[in-house]
Formats: sequence, C-alpha cells, structure tokens
Amino acid sequence: MKQTKISMGMPITVEIIDSTDKQLLNDTFAFFRKVDNRYSTYKPDSEISRINNGLPRDRWSAEMKKVMQLCEATKQETNGYFDIKHQGKLDPSGLVKGWAIWEAAKQLRQHGLQNFYIEAGGDVQAMGLHAHNQPWTVGIRNPFDTSQIVKTLRIHNKGVATSGTYIRGQHIYTPNHSQAVSQGVQSLTVIADNIYEADRFATAAFAMGKEGIAFIEQRTGLEGYMIDDLGLATFTSGFKEYIHA
Amino acid sequence: MKKMFIGIAVLATLVIYSLGVRHEQPKIAAPATSTTTKPLASSNSQQSTQPNNGTYKDGSYTGSTEDAYYGNVQVQATISGGKLTGVTFLQHPDAHANSIYINKQAMPYLEQEAIKAQSAHVDIISGATYTSQAFIQSLTSALSQAS
Repeated sequence: MKQTKISMGMPITVEIIDSTDKQLLNDTFAFFRKVDNRYSTYKPDSEISRINNGLPRDRWSAEMKKVMQLCEATKQETNGYFDIKHQGKLDPSGLVKGWAIWEAAKQLRQHGLQNFYIEAGGDVQAMGLHAHNQPWTVGIRNPFDTSQIVKTLRIHNKGVATSGTYIRGQHIYTPNHSQAVSQGVQSLTVIADNIYEADRFATAAFAMGKEGIAFIEQRTGLEGYMIDDLGLATFTSGFKEYIHA
Repeated sequence: MKKMFIGIAVLATLVIYSLGVRHEQPKIAAPATSTTTKPLASSNSQQSTQPNNGTYKDGSYTGSTEDAYYGNVQVQATISGGKLTGVTFLQHPDAHANSIYINKQAMPYLEQEAIKAQSAHVDIISGATYTSQAFIQSLTSALSQAS
C-alpha cells in the first residue's frame, strides 16, 4: 500500500510492502503533522515560533531540547556550515526533515515492518525490498530538467537526501552569514546509513559549494554525487557500488 | 586591483581544482543551464504551492521580489489552459560565485562524469524541493494575479 499526502509543506509518500494495515499509514502521517506543528517556523503557534518569540528554555519540550542538541552537534561536525541561527531566530528545518523521516521509519520497524520506504520532499529512507523482492531503486533528479532522472541507485536499508538546485532552502547558511552560498553546485545527493545522516550532511555540504563533495568523501559512512552548473557530476570513491546497472 | 586579485584567486582555485580531480572526458554534451523549470512536475506527488484549486487565467504573471537572504528571488508564472505550466526565475541568487577553498587531500579519490538522462523507471525520486519561503511567496503573488 502506498499513500502521498502534503505535510510539512511538501509531498510525503509512504509505501509499505509487508502490511495492508492502513492504520500504519495514518500513524505515520499523524507523526509528520505533529512534527510540523512543533517545528514549523511558518506557524505562529508552533513551539519553535514561541521559542523565537522568547519562550524560556526551561519550558521547551524534551524533544525540542534533543533536536537543538543534534543541531549544535551537526554545526560542530560541519565546521559551522550547518547553522540554524539566522538573524537572531532559530530554524532547525535543515535537520528536522531527515530526523523526522528516520524517526517515522524506526516507528514502522518497531511494528515489525522490514520492507517500506518513506520519502519527504525528495529525501528517502528505503528499507528492505520492494514488491518484486529487489532493492528499491532511487533516481537522482536532473536539476536542469525536473522531469528527468540522471542516475539510478539501488538502495537497501539506507537514506538518500538531495540538497540544492536553483533555490536553496533557507536553512542553508554560510558560517559568517555574509556571502551567498552559490558556488556553482546545482545539486548534491548524499547516501548514508539513514536519512537523518544523509540529510544533515547534504544540507551542510551543499552550503560548502564545490568543496562539499570533498567533505562527503572524507566523512566515513557517506557517499555523494554532486552536479555542477555545467552538468558535470563529481562523485565519491564508494558511490559506484550503489549505481543500478 | 582588488578585482584582479580576486580574479587570480578564482583562477588559481579552478586550476588547483582541475589538477586535483581525475577527469573523464564527457561522453555526451552537458545539458544547457536554464533557469526555467517545472517545480510542479513531480512524478509521484503533488506540490502544495498553488493557493487554491480553481483554474487560473492564461498568461504570464510576474511575482513579487522576495529576499531569500542570500539574494533576491522573483518568479514569473505561466498559466496555460487554466493550469500552472511553468515557472521562470527572473531573479535567483546564483549570479555571483565566490572563490572557494578546495580540500586537496580529499579530491584525488573523486571521479567525474557528464550527467545523462536515463529511463525514469524508478521506485522513488531524490531531488531538492522548492520549500524556500521566498519562492513560495513570489509564486503565490504571481498566482494571485492570475486568479
């Protein structure tokens, strides 16, 4: 069974192979709604909006404190390229999407599911196998023509996230906040053990410009595929093993 | 003079970059860069940028200029047959590249290829989405003129 809904300002698709219990889909989408209600900076009554309007730290939810710790750790791990502070306001959306997909995937696993995927706004956690007992295939969208794909990956129990194209999400900042992030990179796709890792490092490495793919290469457990302005792709040493023949 | 130094710095960076990576000759021509795209052409899902479900009047509508922090975003929406058929970026923050620091140690392991369109028979598509509020605001303003 498969369902797509708009949540967190983007289409979210869940496909489950090893169950027909619709409640699992409902619970997953309810979880994304809950995440949106807490972390959306566009909702004036969300917890993050209340924090940005002065809610003291001792009244933050335990989950919010944990997410903020993850954001801080990610900032340290990316030499400041991942930064949720912008003009005095906090916006953890660059981490929350991947984190939420991974949390939702873990919840489905706790229900005994092994074969499913969750995709939100182009970021994917693919678990087990699809209906024909093959690993899920994930296409990397062509940033120059969104109706095309330029690479097909075979993904088994991994996360795949893509950052980029013409309009950068506002969660991508440079460390000193004084320069544009564009350095000729159209998109950067990152594969990791889970989508939380893939998303946060794709976000940060994209902000690094062409240096980002070198950062992905250096970091254990990550592989990447960067497409530049000229349609030239640069990819990491272990990326090839994910390419679908 | 300062501009010349920046120019040299950029050039030097590019040279270091080109030396540092293993080049493979592109087998096909790279696609031309275009600022026109179809953000609503998602293959398996619907985007949420349309403010209503009604049909729009045909024509081209220019949206407001929105500050996306790293530059301005302004879009033009094209309506055809009552539907949003294209979005063109009149302004987007891609224009000015800065010189970059290349990590030379990591680069020798990287490989390159020209991208090439493939068969779209995949289960899932990974790509960046248009979640930028500046984009949505500009598009919403363009579409409000078309309703």
